[in-house]
Amino acid sequence: MRASLTAIVLLPLLGFVLNGVLATALGGRVAGKRFVTLVGCGLPLLSFVLSLVALAQLAAGGWQPIVETAYRWTQLGDRTFDVAFYLDRLSMVMLLVVTGVGSVIHIYSVGYMAHDEGYGRFFAYLNLFLFFMLLLVLGRSMLVLFVGWEGVGLASYLLIGFWFDDAANARAGKKAFVTNRVGDAGFLLGMFLLYQGLGTLEMDRINAAFAGGQAAMLPASLVGVLLFIGASGKSAQIPLHVWLPDAMAGPTPVSALIHAATMVTAGVYLVARLAGLYLQAPEASALIATVGVATAFFAATVALVQTDIKKVLAYSTVSQLGFMFVALGVGAYGVAIFHLVTHAFFKACLFLGAGSVIHALGGEQDLRKMGGLARHIPVTFVTFAIATAAIAGIPPLAGFFSKDEILWFAFASPQGGSPLLWAVAAATALMTAFYMFRLLWLAFLTPSRIEPEVEAHVHESPWSMTGVLVLLAALSALGGFIAVPHFLAPQLPLPAIDASRHATETLLLWVSVALAATGLALAALLYAGRGERAARLAVRWAGAHRWLSAKYYIDELYERVLGRPLVWISDRVFLRLSDRVLIDGTLHALAALGRFGAALLGRLQTGSLQVYAWFVLIGIAGALWWGVRHV
Amino acid sequence: MDRTQLLIGVAMMLFALGLFGVVVRRNVLVMLMCLELMLNGVNLSLLTFAHQAGNAAGAVLVFLVFVVAAAEIALAIPIVVLLVRDKRTLNVGSYDELKG
Repeated sequence: MRASLTAIVLLPLLGFVLNGVLATALGGRVAGKRFVTLVGCGLPLLSFVLSLVALAQLAAGGWQPIVETAYRWTQLGDRTFDVAFYLDRLSMVMLLVVTGVGSVIHIYSVGYMAHDEGYGRFFAYLNLFLFFMLLLVLGRSMLVLFVGWEGVGLASYLLIGFWFDDAANARAGKKAFVTNRVGDAGFLLGMFLLYQGLGTLEMDRINAAFAGGQAAMLPASLVGVLLFIGASGKSAQIPLHVWLPDAMAGPTPVSALIHAATMVTAGVYLVARLAGLYLQAPEASALIATVGVATAFFAATVALVQTDIKKVLAYSTVSQLGFMFVALGVGAYGVAIFHLVTHAFFKACLFLGAGSVIHALGGEQDLRKMGGLARHIPVTFVTFAIATAAIAGIPPLAGFFSKDEILWFAFASPQGGSPLLWAVAAATALMTAFYMFRLLWLAFLTPSRIEPEVEAHVHESPWSMTGVLVLLAALSALGGFIAVPHFLAPQLPLPAIDASRHATETLLLWVSVALAATGLALAALLYAGRGERAARLAVRWAGAHRWLSAKYYIDELYERVLGRPLVWISDRVFLRLSDRVLIDGTLHALAALGRFGAALLGRLQTGSLQVYAWFVLIGIAGALWWGVRHV
Repeated sequence: MDRTQLLIGVAMMLFALGLFGVVVRRNVLVMLMCLELMLNGVNLSLLTFAHQAGNAAGAVLVFLVFVVAAAEIALAIPIVVLLVRDKRTLNVGSYDELKG
């Protein structure tokens, strides 16, 4: 059986069209809930099955990349632009993550969104997202990737503002969209440079050109930095990270799918996809590692003190993405993808677990009003605990393997690894363990701070939600044994490290374990009982606590440095000077001229017929006189 | 003074009379009649020149002008009637809505 890549991509689009037309206000909601569920979940699942078939096919073909041209987009001179799909080891991994995790989150949404009025619209958007994400992952040309890239941005915007009745949600969607545009400017410039230099946008050819030295004319680092600006917009790296925490305004399955597991990793995928380019761009790689580790550290510190359950997870996502970029920056592309995969498992599990908690508490997201939930919702608790341990790096769960490899390459990679990089990343790993266990304690283990009338209604979620949680928890536990870097090695070889440093590796491995355990112990110590120790600490370091709670005042800084000057320029220059004075002024002056002329000529309209007759007479006489004189 | 000159003189007098009436009189019906006088003056001159040139087409054209004039007066009279009904006067001095 042959799997068509085009079919994999188009199935979710079909779901979007069916649900978008039949189950929304657009088509008068003629389709029932059962139809929406069947189409909305069935088609992504079918995509996943076809992806498995494609995997078998790829393996049978000796892992030779499969290229499938769906459509000739346009032809300019002798250059053609095709919508072609490209399946190799890297896109295979991404394809399975996107369709697999995507499908289970669709299934979870059936329970989570059951009572929402926009049920049909929600599934239509989710399917639209999946379509664009698959376009992004499978596109052979950067042009196709870019269409997907913008498309997932659109879907993200639509889903963040899904409950658009609340202005804050709509604002968060807008913020995400605008921030991403900044990054996209860099992406486009990088693409232009590549096209100008190489005459092709097909990424396998770009990689080959850089590897073969035919791209010596092109400033690889400049292109790399420009594309990284695009990647940092999508993957929420400093300084474009501000949109992701706000994006949590969307429904929780959206946070899990788009803002944790798949879309935000698009930047990581882009860099890994263009590994051939980045291998020739050491300066760009160094920048990526630096920005990555800075983002990881910064976001982890902010996550330490957040009180909104989804905000903690959001900053944790930013931090983990930073880890992935560290791996990319030191040339360990396969390891970055490995962490991407494990992160997709445990972060999806965490977000969906958080969704289950919020569902149980009737919409409450504030950690200060939780506690003691372990007894009430045991399945959610157990799965959440497994995922927490996984992200914290407790062996032998998934996060331990991927994070440990990142730390090792940050330390030892000959392509930019250094003890300093390792130290910052390790400190971040410690904080990660701490804030995740803090979250676990505050939500599930400390004595209950839930308001009594809410507590009476706390209930475990339906099986369609808990089943997904169990599945993802199992993947979080066992995902580390999928040897992704090894699988990718023929395509993305890892940096060669001297075998003599094996002892150091073992040592660092134990350090990693110790860090995770320390984080766990610290959280347990500080948040034991009613958390008095943590509270005392917060009072003692009030300044730092305020600083972190306010997220380093970065939003306020942007508001001052970018927002207000822009508003000022828009108001003073564009509105008052250009629009009102120049454009309106010109028109008003023309109108005034007309009015003045009319007033002058209006005097002639005396309203007396006789006067008009005289005018006619004078006119005829004048005409005759002129005629006699000149003809 | 031959006949042509006489007829042209009559035509000019008719036109001048009509013009004088239009300019001087304030009664809208009289003005309308004076307009007709002017038209007939012009008509007469046309006929005279046609006769002088020995051209039958000119004479035919005069009948055409009569028809048009009849149609025109058939439109003008109702307008005047409506005006008078609206203003309750024949004095054109009262029709000054278009005064600027």
